[in-house]
Amino acid sequence: MRLTQGTFSFLPDLSEQQIARQIRYCLDQGWAINLEYTDDPHPRNTYWEMWGQPMFDLKDPAGVLYELGECRKVFGNCYIRVSAFDSAPGWESLRLSFIVNRPDEEPGFDLERHETSGRKVQYTLRPYATGKPMGARY
Amino acid sequence: MQAAENLAPDGRSVDLQKAFEDSGVRTGLDQLEHELVGLAPVKSRIREVAALLLVDKLRKDLGLVSETPTLHMSFTGNPGTGKTTVALRMADILNRLGYIRSNHLVTVTRDDLVGQYIGHTAPKTKEVLKKAMGGVLFIDEAYYLYRPENERDYGQEAVEILLQVMENRREDLVVIVAGYADRMARFFASNPGFRSRIAHHIEFPDYTPDELFEIGKLMLDQQSYRFSLAAERAFREYIAQRMRQPHFANARSIRNALDRARLRQAMRLFESRARQLSADDLMTIEAEEIRASRVFSGGIDANPIGEEAAS
Repeated sequence: MRLTQGTFSFLPDLSEQQIARQIRYCLDQGWAINLEYTDDPHPRNTYWEMWGQPMFDLKDPAGVLYELGECRKVFGNCYIRVSAFDSAPGWESLRLSFIVNRPDEEPGFDLERHETSGRKVQYTLRPYATGKPMGARY
Repeated sequence: MQAAENLAPDGRSVDLQKAFEDSGVRTGLDQLEHELVGLAPVKSRIREVAALLLVDKLRKDLGLVSETPTLHMSFTGNPGTGKTTVALRMADILNRLGYIRSNHLVTVTRDDLVGQYIGHTAPKTKEVLKKAMGGVLFIDEAYYLYRPENERDYGQEAVEILLQVMENRREDLVVIVAGYADRMARFFASNPGFRSRIAHHIEFPDYTPDELFEIGKLMLDQQSYRFSLAAERAFREYIAQRMRQPHFANARSIRNALDRARLRQAMRLFESRARQLSADDLMTIEAEEIRASRVFSGGIDANPIGEEAAS
């Protein structure tokens, strides 16, 4: 099951060139770019691991693509996302975030129905991948 | 088959003149010609580079094979010969030619690249490289990067990362290293990989007295000042004397001399503030402002404690 989240979740995966264009847009807006990776695809897993520090003061997407290449070398079989942070007063938050790398195989999620009192049903979403320990998931 | 594809179909031609006009590189080259006095070898090399890039672009338009040329450069020359100024112009020219994507120059020295403890250097150097990508990275006094006398120095690590990026990401980054000729030669001798990765070694010659005078006039002109006739004569004498004295730094010495002349001119005007001043008075530098310099009384060695901080 293909995991989608973030700004371009409704689109097919972006090509390298499209990623560069999106990053250029972010840089033109003066946003700081951050790379994050994870092997826990649960939608509630908001805080991914940071790849290095956020990149401020870049003038060209090449710097981000360079780091993305480095990150792919190490975590090529994890999810990697680009996020752009706007530090302007009033915003001070993420403005854009999209997935740029995903594992070759995405096993998807297990939906667990838990019947409680009065035939009420509680649902639990559990990624199949997280059954294995961290680092051995994909 | 491969060869046939590389050949442009007959009858297709390109207009080099038009491409030259369109690229806007002419403005850059003209500016270089007008605003920089002398430096003939430097200018001719820059014209060569510009021609190569332009022809390359046309070749690409016709579908001919064109490999990204290496444009890393090394500027060597004495202090004040215009290395930094030319590096700034290079960013502009390369940008017009479409070789680099943005017109920005990141100037760094050893401090910005080399860390203070183990594991600090690599991220620091990479940070700088990332900031410079898409533009020009200018490393001033590059020989400080490598200190052979200290084998635990982290400079070597910075050099290695630099070399790696210079080789692998040629299309993203142009690196210009600059420094004094003799020390750069020693630096290259101890880092042969560095030397071979730099395609253009450009030597900046010292200026002649006439060129220095032209530079002085140009500097004044840019700040809306001018010499009186007597001051022009005095300034020529000043240059001749200053060149013989120690710590002469070409155009930089000229700029400092003019800055001090402006100080003295302001003082003279201030002391005669009783009368009305015209724009002419405010613009003109008189001979007395030049002749008041310590250079005329034997330089810094003859009277080390003058009223000015420098000669």
